[in-house]
Amino acid sequence: MKEVVITFLCMAILLYFLLGGADFGAGIIELFTSTKNRSKTRKTMYQAIGPVWEANHMWLIIAIVILFVGFPHIYTTMSVYLHIPLAIMLIGIIARGTAFVFRHYDAVKDDMQWLYNRIFRYSSFVTALFLGIIAGSLISGHIDTQATDFYTAYISGWLNWFSIAVGFFTVALCGFLAAIYLIGETNEYHDKRRFIKKAEFMNIAAVVFGAMVFIAAQRDKIPLIDWVFKSTVGLSAIVLASLSLILLWYLLIKGKTKILRVLAGFQVTMILLAISYAHFPNFIRLKSGNAISLLETIGPEKTIYSLGLALLLGSILILPFLGYLFYKFQKKEE
Amino acid sequence: MDDFIAARSQMALSLGFHIIFSCIGMVMPFFMAVSHYKWLKTDDEVYKNLTKAWSKGVAIFFATGAVSGTMLSFELGLLWPKFMDHAGPIFGMPFSLEGTAFFIEAIALGFFLYGWNKLNKWFHWFTGMVVGVSGLASGILVVAANAWMNSPAGFDFVNGQYLNIDPIQAMFNKAWFSQALHMCLAAFTATGFAVAGVHALMILRNRNAGFHLKAFKIAAIFACIGALLQPLSGDISAKDVAKRQPAKLAAMEALYKTEKPAPLLIGGIVNEKDKTVKGAIKIPGALSFLAHGDFKAEVKGLDQIPENEHPPVAITHYAFQIMVGIGTLLLLVALTYFFILFKKKPLTEKRWLLKLFVFAIPLGYLALEAGWVVTEVGRQPWIIYGVMRTKDAVTPMPGIAYSFYIFSAIYVSLSVIVTFLLYRQIKMVPLLYNKTGANNN
Repeated sequence: MKEVVITFLCMAILLYFLLGGADFGAGIIELFTSTKNRSKTRKTMYQAIGPVWEANHMWLIIAIVILFVGFPHIYTTMSVYLHIPLAIMLIGIIARGTAFVFRHYDAVKDDMQWLYNRIFRYSSFVTALFLGIIAGSLISGHIDTQATDFYTAYISGWLNWFSIAVGFFTVALCGFLAAIYLIGETNEYHDKRRFIKKAEFMNIAAVVFGAMVFIAAQRDKIPLIDWVFKSTVGLSAIVLASLSLILLWYLLIKGKTKILRVLAGFQVTMILLAISYAHFPNFIRLKSGNAISLLETIGPEKTIYSLGLALLLGSILILPFLGYLFYKFQKKEE
Repeated sequence: MDDFIAARSQMALSLGFHIIFSCIGMVMPFFMAVSHYKWLKTDDEVYKNLTKAWSKGVAIFFATGAVSGTMLSFELGLLWPKFMDHAGPIFGMPFSLEGTAFFIEAIALGFFLYGWNKLNKWFHWFTGMVVGVSGLASGILVVAANAWMNSPAGFDFVNGQYLNIDPIQAMFNKAWFSQALHMCLAAFTATGFAVAGVHALMILRNRNAGFHLKAFKIAAIFACIGALLQPLSGDISAKDVAKRQPAKLAAMEALYKTEKPAPLLIGGIVNEKDKTVKGAIKIPGALSFLAHGDFKAEVKGLDQIPENEHPPVAITHYAFQIMVGIGTLLLLVALTYFFILFKKKPLTEKRWLLKLFVFAIPLGYLALEAGWVVTEVGRQPWIIYGVMRTKDAVTPMPGIAYSFYIFSAIYVSLSVIVTFLLYRQIKMVPLLYNKTGANNN
């Protein structure tokens, strides 16, 4: 059952990155849209993500529940040493989640919309940024569980160049995912053009911040280059990601829009794989040079068995229902 | 503010906030399903409009409940890491099932809210029911996890180690059934009275009385059945607590000395220093009966429990009084309502009855919050009853007070905005759902 639980954990994290990430991206795209096009972007976005919106965020719950039931030591280490970024991310999740619903369900459309929109855009940005910072911090090796002062214990673990670069890289990836997704959700020429522009912009941003991640890694002495280029899996993942990017832009010119999101999702998956494969099953790298490993901190056997069973049963119920939801509410091509 | 107090306050605030939203998200789908069913059966457009109007409220409450619930799943670790380190693998089973139930609820809600004119009408109705049933299941599972903290099971605690962990046994601990039953009935009662009250107010103001009367009737029947059954469930809970957590029962009734037979105290001012209660009405033997089903039975007082294991008596006692007091009041309202229904008198002529329902709008939730204060404060100083103390579980990170201030500000503003949105929804009813049945989705 160990394998089942770890697979579900990885899958939930990945899906949250892709689906939740595209959702954050929608807010980020709106942030970078000129005022005159905003209401149109908002409308397309709402039609696209409205029905699947709540479901996309369930992956975070699944991931966190697997962590605290199956890997309590990892969950509590994160909770203690990444308390501040987690709290900020949560504030972002609360703010954007409620603002998104409030702006749609406010029976009177007046100046309050201005407030909801602001909150939604900025908190989408902040949430994605801190999600990236948290992910970066886990592998940065800056988390110091033996620290005695406040700054080393609760700040420097996440406030470092590498984590911040990963944060901005994540923002760009989320924006990219959202733009690609939205291209397929509109049939109107001008809208399509606009989302393609946004995808280009986010793609460039991702490349720039990606480079920054490598520079920051060098500066903070994180062997990122070794992880990515000295392992076969890492290297092939990067090659596949690059190839799929070329294919993506080629198909875009050809006017194929639905397949794009599969490619964009694949690309982000490959990037995550390239970064995380080399130190799997280690989940948190510590300043002391040790690491907290999934396999070594896994919970007692009976717990893992029943957790795995619950996940398997749950997915039999969830996946077909979820698939039908996505199918039923996708935009039909004209 | 002391970090430990700040952590407890933040947790209490988050739970107190989440509970209201999750109850509404759990109960309203059933009201909608009834109204939706009536529309499908009678083709009366008013029921369709009512279902739609309610579904907007549910969307607002569900989203708020979902984010505050996400917050809680992190907060357990952010505030109580040492508790989660040990408890996670033991009491995690209901949480992992709850994850599934919650996920299904979110998917079904997507179908329900966006499915008008897009889905087969009975499948659409079915998705609404799925929202309700999976919401209810989520609620029961989360309460089962809380029950484990009151009635730890599924492990052996040997020399500070948690051995022989059995998550299934932990889930079906001794308190799960009585707590879950009490909570579900409370959710239906509180939400029912709140919704019925709001619609009663609109009837009194003569705004779209036909629409609001239909809404009132659906909500009121759920509320009143809940209020009628709740005392029975309360009795099961009281006997259960008396057996498992004598300290909590003693604090609920401010019973400082063991007595045989023990009287039931109604009201009274607790003096924690002198360990006395002033000005309470005493009903001889009643506590013995409630706790053990025998008017002459002995009830354990706080004098038989070590001082450092006493819960805060005054808060627990007052909260318990509020809960029972309101419960009794709502029971009387329910009986009156059934009497009027039985006599087949038109409700719109009974303005005093509608006013009674308006008065009851906040009462159910007040009782519900008071009930949670009883169970949570009454468990102190333990986080896992008899095993781990709350103060030993708190995060080592200093400065939690600031976190408490920030999250308080967030929860207060969210409550204000949600109230404001609801006010606007109700105000717009005449415009959105006029007699011709036209509405702008």
